[in-house]
Amino acid sequence: MTSTVSHAIGHEHHDSGSQTVLGFWFYLMTDCILFATAFATYAVLYRNTAGGVSGKDIFDLQYVAVETAALLLSSITYGFAMISGQKGLRSGVMTWLAVTFLFGAVFIGMELNEFHHLISEGNGPGTSAFLSAFFGLVGLHGLHVTAGLFWMAVLMFEAARTGLTGRLMTRLNCLSLFWHFLDVVWICVFTVVYLKGAM
Amino acid sequence: MSQSHEAVAGHGSVKSYLTGFLLSVFLTIIPFWMVMKGGYTRQVTTLDIFAFAVVQIVIHLKYFLHLDFTKNGRLNSFSFLFTAMVIVMLVGLSVWIITAADTLMMR
Repeated sequence: MTSTVSHAIGHEHHDSGSQTVLGFWFYLMTDCILFATAFATYAVLYRNTAGGVSGKDIFDLQYVAVETAALLLSSITYGFAMISGQKGLRSGVMTWLAVTFLFGAVFIGMELNEFHHLISEGNGPGTSAFLSAFFGLVGLHGLHVTAGLFWMAVLMFEAARTGLTGRLMTRLNCLSLFWHFLDVVWICVFTVVYLKGAM
Repeated sequence: MSQSHEAVAGHGSVKSYLTGFLLSVFLTIIPFWMVMKGGYTRQVTTLDIFAFAVVQIVIHLKYFLHLDFTKNGRLNSFSFLFTAMVIVMLVGLSVWIITAADTLMMR
């Protein structure tokens, strides 16, 4: 039974990596639900500031706009890395992955700076339900981006060592889905948390 | 031959990435500008920023994540639509129930 199904899918897709990519896509769908619970928690708790700061007091939209730009630019440069990969250009893949890594690192650096700034002013995650939910949701996204950066570094190392093998292209494809997916989650974060909070 | 065709169909080109990028830039700048400039009622601003977010998510799904309803992409697209339905129920109903409970407690 299983072999019939996998044969049918393999026949449809022609390349062996496509089932891996499809499986990774299913993982991302479960990750969507994890983020959805974090958003639901934030939506329920964001009014409970316990007499402390609210979003209007602490959100700097210009700063968030720069973070958003860094992440959006990293999405398109990752796309360019994938196009170079399909053409078999290893140097192109390495260059575009390095640029993507840089934009991702700028994003994470800015987020850590924002968190540090908030905590040092006494607005840490333990201050109110609003801040717990804020640090939880934005931090969950930041952890994902950090994991993506580690993954990218490993793949760059692998590309330098073994070249653009079929296995590496499958892995780059999975990271591509992961990276673009995180940009989609960020659209929800800047709309629900930052724009709605600063209104 | 068939492999290169698949690569183009499933993974986009420089042009399609640039199209998605430029559309995303506009769909990000407008809601930021609306909130930063102010002057619109709360209700109008909220509706607009959420509408821009939904449109931008669709743009990302099409141009960056390459979701489509061709034979190869159908399974990805339907699994996404199912997840979206779960999310609408999970978030929508949670917020509804807890807001209603909160309102009743206040009385």
